[in-house]
Amino acid sequence: MGMKPSPYATKIPYEEKDNKVVGGRPDPKNRSDAIDKVTGRARYAADYNLPGQLIGKVLRSPHAHAVIKSIDTSEAEKLPGVKAVVTRDDFPDMEVEHAASGELMVNFRDVTRNMMAREKALYDGHPVAAVAALSESIAKEAMKLIKVDYEVLPHVIDVRDAMKDDAPLLHEDLFTKGAGIEPDPSKKSNIATRMESKLGDIEEGFEQADFIVEHESNTKAAHQGYIEPQASVANFTEGGTIEVYTGTQGHHVFRAQIAKLLKMDISNIKVVPAELGGGFGGKNNVYLEPLAAQLSRKANRPVKMVMTRDEVFRATGPTSGTNCKVKMGCTRDGRITAAQAELNYQAGAFPGSSLPLASITVFTRYDLENVLVVGHDVVCNRPKVAAYRAPGAPMIAFAVETAIDDLARQCGMDPIDFRLRNAAKQGTQTHFGPPLGQIGYIETLEAAKASPHMKEPLGPNQGRGIASGFWFTIGNDTSATINITEDGTASLIFGTVDVTGGMRSAFAMIVAEELGIPFEKVRTQVGDTSALGFNFMTAGSRGTAAGSMAVVKATRDAIHRACEIAARKWEVETDQVVWENGHARPASANVGDFEPMSLAQLCREATWFGGTIAGHAEINVAMGGPGFGTHLVDVEVDRQTGLVKVLRYSIFQDAGKAVYPAFIEGQFQGGAVQGIGMALNEEYIYSDKGTLENPGFLDYRVPVASDVPMIDTHIVEVPNPDHPYGVRGIGEVPIIPPLAAISNAIYDAAGVRLLDHPMSPPKVLKALDEAAPAEAAE
Amino acid sequence: MTKHHIRTTINGDETDVLVEPTQSLLDVLRDELHLTGTKEGCATGDCGACSVTIDGNLVCSCLVLGVEADGTEIETIEGMASGDELHPLQEKFIEHVALQCGICTPGLLIAAKHLLEENPDPTEEEVRYGLAGNLCRCTGYQKVVEAVLDAAQVMQK
Repeated sequence: MGMKPSPYATKIPYEEKDNKVVGGRPDPKNRSDAIDKVTGRARYAADYNLPGQLIGKVLRSPHAHAVIKSIDTSEAEKLPGVKAVVTRDDFPDMEVEHAASGELMVNFRDVTRNMMAREKALYDGHPVAAVAALSESIAKEAMKLIKVDYEVLPHVIDVRDAMKDDAPLLHEDLFTKGAGIEPDPSKKSNIATRMESKLGDIEEGFEQADFIVEHESNTKAAHQGYIEPQASVANFTEGGTIEVYTGTQGHHVFRAQIAKLLKMDISNIKVVPAELGGGFGGKNNVYLEPLAAQLSRKANRPVKMVMTRDEVFRATGPTSGTNCKVKMGCTRDGRITAAQAELNYQAGAFPGSSLPLASITVFTRYDLENVLVVGHDVVCNRPKVAAYRAPGAPMIAFAVETAIDDLARQCGMDPIDFRLRNAAKQGTQTHFGPPLGQIGYIETLEAAKASPHMKEPLGPNQGRGIASGFWFTIGNDTSATINITEDGTASLIFGTVDVTGGMRSAFAMIVAEELGIPFEKVRTQVGDTSALGFNFMTAGSRGTAAGSMAVVKATRDAIHRACEIAARKWEVETDQVVWENGHARPASANVGDFEPMSLAQLCREATWFGGTIAGHAEINVAMGGPGFGTHLVDVEVDRQTGLVKVLRYSIFQDAGKAVYPAFIEGQFQGGAVQGIGMALNEEYIYSDKGTLENPGFLDYRVPVASDVPMIDTHIVEVPNPDHPYGVRGIGEVPIIPPLAAISNAIYDAAGVRLLDHPMSPPKVLKALDEAAPAEAAE
Repeated sequence: MTKHHIRTTINGDETDVLVEPTQSLLDVLRDELHLTGTKEGCATGDCGACSVTIDGNLVCSCLVLGVEADGTEIETIEGMASGDELHPLQEKFIEHVALQCGICTPGLLIAAKHLLEENPDPTEEEVRYGLAGNLCRCTGYQKVVEAVLDAAQVMQK
């Protein structure tokens, strides 16, 4: 992440104890979100409607790369029912200024250009104007009346093409920066950054190797594919304040970004996070919010904007398409001596791909002495990439974990044994910085090795593949407030957006555990920006891991208040009172003979003895507790059609200690199926004009229920030593191994090595055809 | 745009509404009648989030014009529970944690209910193919399939 760890960040040591609620299976009907979600009551952003609201629509560039010479909105403004039109002229330009937004960094100079094109349109779908009107049909009519004079420029889509010396340049002020770039280059480039990190001596490492494997992989951009398109409702008031209802993974971050983009005070903005219909990193960035806000300001009415699916695909962040080159060497007995990688990552129209994160994950499962990782962040005429679940990691794992497989084969070793021989453990030095703490990678490999899956027989054209993944757990600003209600039940407000319902449930379990009251006596909700102090986004697998640290601290704060009330009533000191099984009790017989008081009893006394019982926490949670996972997959390759069918799938992942196991299983399964979709089908396809050819679910085909089998999940539990309940982040690891695991399984089934993504029927057929003459000759 | 008067029965309630000739049934339900439990994921009939039944037939309401709904009987997610009693499918979706973000859940429930009406005792494969028109990006489908199979057992008793 590159961020220096703060000495003031909060860690709470793991407390080993028998939990009554945490780790169990409470009645899911008491999930704070469950009933609303099965009855249609849950309110997502597009379900909000404000009195007098207008409908806003965005006019988008049909060109991949074009100078915007002029925009004439006069005819559109005259159309009856049109209340406001905005273009680049309605937003202040921004200086270069970087800020964290989810797992990636943003630059406000680029954020304002991405939400509304300024000098140039840089991709098909880039916004050039927005309209607010009485109805959607009027807004659409008005868009046809806006005249944009474009000067179409040559474009570049592929990352390797964009890196060439004679490539069309996207930005007039972009010169390559970073490691090894000295002196400052005088020639403009699409390569925004060069990164380099190393360990030991790579040349020396290759000299020690008996076997060397080189892989070059190429992956296409893939979309997060959340089912809920982006939607926002903005209400600007005459008093200069604004409220925004939106689908976001981080409402506090969005508020700060809206303030910056519109030059407002943060305190004048309230962002209400709606129930989120899937994000996976794709809802870490503002798109509609500043446009709706500015339209609302201009029209003096609330404005609602909802993207179409076509807009979601064309203009919201997919993940990077990549080109990766990996070279690894090992000794005859299976010890890796050198590992080298070059990562070339598309950033989309503006710098800032997931490269910095991908660079960290490359080999971070293995205990290595000699490592060299070089990376390039490259702009091209595509939508600016956004985070997508372990951003950047599945693609480089595709190259590395397949190379590992080939090395194991050359040594004549079982692929799990080969990984065990080289597995990272506590104390392993990483190539990017700190040594690893207590981790559970070896445990996932051992669980895989011992699983019944390994004993399942394979038929003709069937093969088994294995691959592993690593992802970290970020910390950052986290806030929570717990209010003990007058009847002794608890109402928790927290600031980390709950993307699945799992967080609300896990937090309720932790509160119940801490307070000693039943799960169903705890209600949990995400607070809007006016309810809590700044809280970072749901990103970097931090949601439950970091969020629950604040929850524990806030609850213990409330318990302290409860004990204080008992102490005042008993006329003893607060430290002479302890909290046990939901009651305040004298710490020992010496304190006095007092009947323990329940939370409900204490609430009745609270007013007299000082006031309502509540607790709060605003902490910067220390980063830590990374997750490791290993996947096993069996596939069958249809030699006639090239279709790869997934027959059997098992996941072994270290979750630290599981709070709500059923949700963890769901995260494992959902992440793996996204990975399977990416592996076999999902890709952005561009025309020779640079326009996206498959901006819909018909042609961008995500997995459906009949594409996948049951997925066995095995939760490995190696507690995070810096978390009171031992929790690790778990959401992102499951998407990392599938590409490589499936490629390895195809190799096992058909003897062909696929490194070109997606491994769709035409690619598999081609590989089989190319291998066939060789087979015939044998 | 001249609006047309249509009269339909929605979840048992006779309903009058004025609709634009180009408005989809989905937009009529959501924007005119404020029945926002039915979701829009694509508006091209690919994701199933807008599933409703019209006269007992399962449809993507984004592919039906509002004016076509005149004289029909429509069932949406808002009509699935009876009073405070959840439908067994709703119960089982919750019990099996078959929902995460929940945006696809109303459509999946409507499609699953229709599936079990046609085939009260489906195999796993029949459930998977029966729900293949409903995209879910969170769960990987397993817990959804388990919930539907479990609900089928309960409903047969």
